Amino acid sequence: MPNYTLKINGESKEVEALEDMPLLWVIRDLLKMKGTKFGCGQSFCGACTVHLDGNAVRSCSLPISAVGTGEITTIEGLSENGDHPVQKAWVEHIVPQCGYCQSGQIMNAAALLNSNASPSEEEIEQAMAGNLCRCGTYNRIKDAIVTASKSL
Amino acid sequence: MLPNIPFIQKKKGQDKSKVFVPSRRDFLKLGSLATGGLILGVNFQCSGPKGELVTFAPNVYLSIDSTNQVTLVAHRSEMGTGIRTSLPQIVADELGADWSTIKIVQAEGDEEKYGNQNTDGSFSVRMFFEPMRKAGATARHMLIAAAAADWGVDPSQCDTRDGKVIGDGKEIAFGDLVGKLKDTPVPDPESITLRELSSYKLIGTDVPIYDLKNIAMGKAVFGADVDLPDMKIAVVRRTPVIGAKVVSYNDEKALAVPGVVQVVKIEGSGNPPGLDKALEGIAVIAENTWSAIKGRDALEIEWDLGENKDYSSKKQLAEMLQSTRSNGKVRRERGNFDSANRSASRKIERTYEAPFYAHATIEPPAAIAHVKPDGSCEVWAPTQHPQWARGAVAGALGVDVSQVKVNVTLLGGGFGRKSKPDFVVEAALISKAANGPVRVQWTRDDDLHFDFFHSHSAQRIIATLDSSGGLTGWNHHTVFPAIGSTSSKEELHPSDGEMGLGCVDFPFNVPNIRVETHESTGNTRVGWLRSVSNIHHAFAIHTMLDEIAEARGKDPLENALELLGEDRDITFQSEMVGGEYGNYGESIDNYPWNTGRMKNVIRTLREKSNWDANKAAGKIMGFAAHKSFLTYVGCVVLLEKGADGKILIPEVHYVVDCGVAVNTDRIRSQFEGGAQFATSLATTSEITLENGQVQQNNFDTYQIIRMPAAPKKIHVHIVKSQIKPTGVGEPPVPPFIPALANAMYQMNGQRIYKLPFKV
Ligand code: FES
Ligand code: FES
Repeated sequence: MPNYTLKINGESKEVEALEDMPLLWVIRDLLKMKGTKFGCGQSFCGACTVHLDGNAVRSCSLPISAVGTGEITTIEGLSENGDHPVQKAWVEHIVPQCGYCQSGQIMNAAALLNSNASPSEEEIEQAMAGNLCRCGTYNRIKDAIVTASKSL
Repeated sequence: MLPNIPFIQKKKGQDKSKVFVPSRRDFLKLGSLATGGLILGVNFQCSGPKGELVTFAPNVYLSIDSTNQVTLVAHRSEMGTGIRTSLPQIVADELGADWSTIKIVQAEGDEEKYGNQNTDGSFSVRMFFEPMRKAGATARHMLIAAAAADWGVDPSQCDTRDGKVIGDGKEIAFGDLVGKLKDTPVPDPESITLRELSSYKLIGTDVPIYDLKNIAMGKAVFGADVDLPDMKIAVVRRTPVIGAKVVSYNDEKALAVPGVVQVVKIEGSGNPPGLDKALEGIAVIAENTWSAIKGRDALEIEWDLGENKDYSSKKQLAEMLQSTRSNGKVRRERGNFDSANRSASRKIERTYEAPFYAHATIEPPAAIAHVKPDGSCEVWAPTQHPQWARGAVAGALGVDVSQVKVNVTLLGGGFGRKSKPDFVVEAALISKAANGPVRVQWTRDDDLHFDFFHSHSAQRIIATLDSSGGLTGWNHHTVFPAIGSTSSKEELHPSDGEMGLGCVDFPFNVPNIRVETHESTGNTRVGWLRSVSNIHHAFAIHTMLDEIAEARGKDPLENALELLGEDRDITFQSEMVGGEYGNYGESIDNYPWNTGRMKNVIRTLREKSNWDANKAAGKIMGFAAHKSFLTYVGCVVLLEKGADGKILIPEVHYVVDCGVAVNTDRIRSQFEGGAQFATSLATTSEITLENGQVQQNNFDTYQIIRMPAAPKKIHVHIVKSQIKPTGVGEPPVPPFIPALANAMYQMNGQRIYKLPFKV
């Protein structure tokens, strides 16, 4: 099996994996970082969202061989103490219910604000459309993104 | 084991309770929790999920140590309702603890200690409100007694607040009293006074959920996040048709996938499949999830598809609909519907259809099991019902339940799916074969193919009116594969329990009522999904009521208020035919169906939703009010056409009367989420089966609502009440769907008779 060197959360990690292994399973099973979640495996739900060079990607559908030298950030690397503006806004609005989709929601929202610091309601809806929440926390997510965008 | 659904039998016996200091041996076993200081156990009895008397007797439910750390035990499963916060919140409020420093530990599954821990049926708060208050109050009495003795003052002059006893101008932290408590006797339960409802500081407020920050940091531990040394991952190819059997299989190619270590067969339960058994399948065990998935893809299996191989849900639904034209089994009878029908001056007869639904929690089922060489087994699972999992695992492994330990993780959504322990049993069987710890990981297609679906259903309602517009008769036919059919081929009619969910408990004041059921068979696994049969029953009843209002020339809210009649408690039992009225397991005396409370909800809704002004302004709105799980809910849905012609839901108004409101933020969040959940059921989701096989594989074909189409502003008004609390997990769903359907009619003049419908 081939070896890969990943740049993840500011560190360099060596892994041995099948070349088609999705980044999601590399993160969860090989690097044992459990904040990134599995929901559908086919880019339909967004639970597995991480950043690749600051952009949101669905790690379930990104084979490790395609990652290259990109910088990966997972929820664990978004901030040291949970004080990223998006995380703080999430706490302020008590967004989560079960919480399972929320790592992906937070990573997707953070990437949105990276590229658009004050998105309109419609821009938020479009940008977040790929992230499912079965518990139905959508409106609090929207409010939290607005709060976070104001504190940027 | 019988379906463990929260209804039917009435509770018996009386409430006995006691609080005690556990023996040293007992609490040493809980080393992580108790490190000296005050430790209390309780023994309470309360009403269980099926109305039976249940013992809640943890050896440790609360500890206070000398560093002032208060630790509480959460014994219900957290799946997003906030129960892991709400119940400790009640104890802490009675205790007068400082909430910001409280620690909560999750209890393992243990019937002897915690009674039935099935977190289902919206009953946790209802069942444990009083025991939690007593538990907290007992500890408060002890702390006050110790401090008062020290200060030489009367205990009645002292109180607790923010983790301190205060009185006589002095204060002392709980932790500093711990040494003195050794000699303080546990007070007699009779002598305990509870705080006044009005004096609570946490109950009735927006206490943030305990796990909030951990979730926001990705640190919260869900089922699949548990990692054990040397753990293997298993992915299973299960029977394509329920009841199919493996004839032969070839695992050569699977074993050739790098990382795959073993392939084992799981002996399935056959047909009927049962609620707590593993399905027949071939498990691929690997070093990591990806190798297991690839190994599964490479399996070659020959199946004997069995008796469900030609099953078509479409065909069955058509047959079910046809069956409603004949006379069925009568379940409720009042007056004489036939004579109302004969003398009617107007008749409205409609049929309703609803599909199978999957729970589709974003966390697919996953469980970890470790069967050890001595035969004992330890499990980590996102389970709503740890004891059922414990018993089912013990049964499957052929060991005593005492040999099985079930650790409950957070659940990434439950909605009823994760009360069934089939996936936990799988993990145990595979671990046994692998001689080591194993996580069984379900993929999304596994989840959608092998769910315990909400049954599809057909209904027919005939309403009769007299010449002055009075509603004289109501004949409701309902047919759907019963939950019992998953365990027994003889269960051809919905059970009393299922009929009590929004069907025989039709509360309107109609002189002639007949409710009938028809036969249907179970050909896949069915179970209970958030609000269960209320989903289809409320859809049919409240869209029909909207038609009746129109026929009578009445505003729909006026119509409902009028048909509910005088303020009174309704008893359904005398009109039940050959069965019992379940009332969600509670006695109708303790939890009556009170028309006054529902009318108050509707009147409040009228005001809070600006119904009259919006109507005058020509806004498009739909209404329904439905009681379920003992909670009264009214709902108004507004619709609007966007610039692109798409229909949007800009506003939803809910009014809820759930008695005493414990955690107001979590009540609102359940309604916010309930509206989204119901939008999916109403407009996007549908499971169909052809040739016995589920046709949807992932979120592309089984769709749930996404942010752009989700209802936008959801206003939740909680009725202030001193009445015993009832649950809120499920009640938001039933009234939303007909309210939306009724609004759609206002939008485009088309009545809706079939779910899901396009908006
Ligand atoms: S798990 Fe990657 S999008 Fe669903
Ligand atoms: S919070 Fe449960 S799926 Fe989003």
